[in-house]
Amino acid sequence: MRKSLGETMKIKADTGRCIGAGMCVLTLPEVFDQSEDDGTVVVLDTEPPDDVRPAVARAVQLCPSGALSLEE
Amino acid sequence: MTEATPRPATLPLTRERAFDPPDELARLRAEAPIQRMMYADGHEGWLVTGYAEARAILADNRFSTRSELLHSPIPQRGELNKEPLTPGFFLRMDPPAHTRFRRLLTGQFTVRRMKQLEPRIEEITNGRLDAMEREGAPADLVESFALPIPSLVICELLGVPYEDRAKFQRDSAVLLNLSSSMRDIRAAVNDLLAYLHHLVALKSKEPADDILSGLIAGGELTTEEIAGVGLLLLIAGHETTANMLGLGTFALLTNPDQLAVVRDDPVAVENAVEELLRYLSIVHIGPVRAALEDVEIGGVQIKAGESVTLSIAAANRDPERFEGGDTLDVTRPAHGHLSFGHGIHQCLGQQLARIEMRIAFPALLRRFPNLRLAVPAREVPMRSDMAIYGVHRLPVLW
Repeated sequence: MRKSLGETMKIKADTGRCIGAGMCVLTLPEVFDQSEDDGTVVVLDTEPPDDVRPAVARAVQLCPSGALSLEE
Repeated sequence: MTEATPRPATLPLTRERAFDPPDELARLRAEAPIQRMMYADGHEGWLVTGYAEARAILADNRFSTRSELLHSPIPQRGELNKEPLTPGFFLRMDPPAHTRFRRLLTGQFTVRRMKQLEPRIEEITNGRLDAMEREGAPADLVESFALPIPSLVICELLGVPYEDRAKFQRDSAVLLNLSSSMRDIRAAVNDLLAYLHHLVALKSKEPADDILSGLIAGGELTTEEIAGVGLLLLIAGHETTANMLGLGTFALLTNPDQLAVVRDDPVAVENAVEELLRYLSIVHIGPVRAALEDVEIGGVQIKAGESVTLSIAAANRDPERFEGGDTLDVTRPAHGHLSFGHGIHQCLGQQLARIEMRIAFPALLRRFPNLRLAVPAREVPMRSDMAIYGVHRLPVLW
């Protein structure tokens, strides 16, 4: 088990806000992808393991449109 | 009190050193990261030099990019804001108009699509390096390397014949030159639009695998709008990366220890490109935004209608965000810089620009390990007169 109890992180993506800049994919391609149609965010793993938590946080922080958020 | 309120300063533009923003910006930032500034038409707006404040404003849709709402920080550009908007020029649109155009294009500029271009960009880069070797030193690196690589790439992506480059490179130089008259700017825009209209008409009959053909086939945009989108992408696609490659090489040549990292450590290149983007911040003036309503940012009340000029160069050197930011350090974590902007207008082509630079810088430095300036550094002509900073020419030997 890589997840620690009680601290599950859930990624929320608002594709309506997303502008397809690709910063999340650039930061963490294991977790984020872009739709082939309009380039908006596709979250491959909404509850990624703890070891990528800092990278997830960075992807959320770098997102230019504010489309990504975390629920802890 | 008889003392008059001091008149706010105008935008500092004079650079004391080739790679640094004007010293006055650092002084203003230390004083207050957001403060009053006098615009060219007498408007009393704002200047933002702090990283946090600039980032917050760029992300805030209560600030508009529409030309008709903006005051210009420099006299030469005031008239330009009064021109009617070119259809399809979505950089100057707010949502939802902006969203419609951006959405049609983002699928073309995804990280995956840009990665697929890597082999072709390597091929183009090697082609330019071969040509430099054939023709021999000295060479102007701008003409032989920095400009042709992004120019060829954006031409292929859009579907613009590279053979026509003399025309659009001349017109885009007029558009970016801060001393161009309104008459010349109008002529250059009309010339480019006429050219793109013609191209769209040709592609309607004979579509190819390129962005312009894709937009035509999509059927959502008028010919005028497609030409306007083409105008924006063509200018943005080659002038920006070209200047990063030219100025970036100049900066590396004057910092040999940093150059060695970029040349010798493939793993370091990714971050080195971010640091060069941060350190050099080639957007020379602005961006400018206008408040659509009263907004409080950083303890300051910005009133509806007031213009705000964001100094990307000053924000990217803010010591609160980048410690020792006046030093080029290609190993520093440089992510989060504002060189591609932030918010909904953040550069559409940024992933393309990154890949071009990640390929071109090390390829150049490995091919020519003895690359050096052919003139003293102080004689390199700087683009202080252009909206995008960089070098006009970079004479090199190897």
